[in-house]
Amino acid sequence: MSKMRLSQEGVVFALALSLFVVFSLTLNNFLTGGNLIALVRSVAILGVLGLGMGLVVIGRGIDLAMVATMVVSLSWVLSMAQGGTPLGTALLLGLLLALSIGLVSGILIAYADIPAIFTTLAMGLVAYGAGRAFLFQIDVQNTPSGVPWFSFLGTGTVLGIPMPIVAFGVVAAVLALLLRRTRFGRFVYAAGDNAVAARITGIPLRPLIVAQYIVTSLIAFVAGVVMAAAVSSMSTRVYNSTLIYDVLLVVVLGGISLSGGRGGVRNVLVGTLLVGVLLNGMTILDITYTTQNLIKSLILLLAITVDSFINPRDEQTSQQSQGDI
Amino acid sequence: MTIRKLLTAGLIALGMALPTLAVADDGLDNPSRNPFYDGLKGKRVVFIPLAMGFDLTEGWAAIMRKQAEDLGYTLEIRDPNWSTDAGTRALTALIADKPDLIIAHNPDVQSYARLLKRAMDAGIKVIQLNLESVVPTDAYVGADWARVGYIQADVLTKQCGTGSGKSGKIAIVRGQPTAASDLYELYAYKQTFAKDPAIQIVSEQAAQYDPAKARAIMETVLQQHPDLCGVVGNWDNQDIGAGAAIQAAGKADDIYLVTSGGGNQIGCDNIEKGLLDMIISYDVPLQGNAINQQIAQTLLSPAAAGETQTAYYTPLTPLTKDNIGPRTCWNLDQLK
Repeated sequence: MSKMRLSQEGVVFALALSLFVVFSLTLNNFLTGGNLIALVRSVAILGVLGLGMGLVVIGRGIDLAMVATMVVSLSWVLSMAQGGTPLGTALLLGLLLALSIGLVSGILIAYADIPAIFTTLAMGLVAYGAGRAFLFQIDVQNTPSGVPWFSFLGTGTVLGIPMPIVAFGVVAAVLALLLRRTRFGRFVYAAGDNAVAARITGIPLRPLIVAQYIVTSLIAFVAGVVMAAAVSSMSTRVYNSTLIYDVLLVVVLGGISLSGGRGGVRNVLVGTLLVGVLLNGMTILDITYTTQNLIKSLILLLAITVDSFINPRDEQTSQQSQGDI
Repeated sequence: MTIRKLLTAGLIALGMALPTLAVADDGLDNPSRNPFYDGLKGKRVVFIPLAMGFDLTEGWAAIMRKQAEDLGYTLEIRDPNWSTDAGTRALTALIADKPDLIIAHNPDVQSYARLLKRAMDAGIKVIQLNLESVVPTDAYVGADWARVGYIQADVLTKQCGTGSGKSGKIAIVRGQPTAASDLYELYAYKQTFAKDPAIQIVSEQAAQYDPAKARAIMETVLQQHPDLCGVVGNWDNQDIGAGAAIQAAGKADDIYLVTSGGGNQIGCDNIEKGLLDMIISYDVPLQGNAINQQIAQTLLSPAAAGETQTAYYTPLTPLTKDNIGPRTCWNLDQLK
């Protein structure tokens, strides 16, 4: 089993590495410190969201409401801040909103036994719709000016490294600790691998599921704060973009199996790296928009094809109650 | 004595005559007034924007609503919320529904084209607002995107071209590569830049109206071309991302960023902050008035749907740090 997991992640890593080598050899200024920082920075927020998604996917769930949670909570925060609420208070309220979205999703999934994919799909729509109707009117909210600590979160640097990358690193480290070193983490793997068995052994399965969605919402909120600070605004249009699929792409590409129980932080890092190298290289090459989309999807198709050869669908996968998506 | 009597009598006579005079002068009933109001009353106008909730569409809608209320026709808004698919469905439903007038804000030049033609064939008049499709309809009111492009490109040629002593390197940040604004602007950029051998287009990437994407693109471009001289963008709301990347690289003084927008206060604020150098404003309040005028005219016109085609290109104003004041830009509350 561990050999299989390694190969899947390994394929993507090899793909990323070979692209990296090709770009380094053929493109001027690709292999410079500045460009590499720009490369990671451009996918840092995607990576943070990928980490949150990775957690629920390991627990054999999925959170399609992540982008909505991020967009709605941060837009509300900025809208309150413009209305005169101190930014600190606004952030706290926004955080509570994000956590309660996660809480409601979690309760519906854990206690009402509604499949995660439908719950969170609907939850995303509910959150976005309610946000647009009641919490903010304009779809792009600007950050209030004159709050240096907030803009530092997005535009500052620590030891020369931009904050979004620092945030990505910190979230990755915390999540890795959580998954590898705590009881919560072991439980998530156990529940993701075989929920019924986990329950029989005495793991509090339902509260565990709720906790996962709350943590994921928290990560979505963190991603939102960094994003809003980095571009000094939050655009609700992000919700209508393909971001949520890109997040899933990063997770699946990195080799976290949608059937749960497998993978970890490293997989998300590898997946993010591949997307980052690809996007950066294509921007430098100045490839047109349509061609970029084509190349992106071809690479995804290639990765999935290679994956299905390495990890063929088996009896066990098809018999799992929720199956893989 | 007699003079005094005469005066008094005169005054009394005047005093008695004045009210009668006033009563006699009833003014004039304007005969062309009634057809105007009667022709508009009870008519049904439907607006399909790209989405509500952003400066342009909210601004237009606020102005259009005011006139609709004032003149007694109804204005409905079908909000597809950035989904071309939802917009197409709304349009298809409207063709069966037969309102008097559809105002379409096209997401790209193709998607609505056939449907708009079908709507006109079904007898519904169609005005296209600020983003046109390849099919001309009863009227187009909005920016002349080619002209926006020429003005932007001329500004950059002056900043970066022959004789400026700069590198001549220019990056184009496109919006949605299938939208009218994007296609017509791009044509103008290419035409203008081709005339100056010193100008070199080093990047042409689409940010799809997303400031985060614009920022990521600009960061990569700046790594490749630290001596970049100018950036020309599609929309101010998107290009603040590019501006943020330029500012973060400490090159705000070296790189000239010109974009276009509706002249919203946020745009002016971003010029003040130094994120943008110039916005070619198509002035939403002015466009709102123009569309209102066009709505009345089209509804009153005896011509059948699609019979005549007119266009009004709304005025353009370049906004820079030097010419903006506290009242140059607008905010939504003023329009409501």
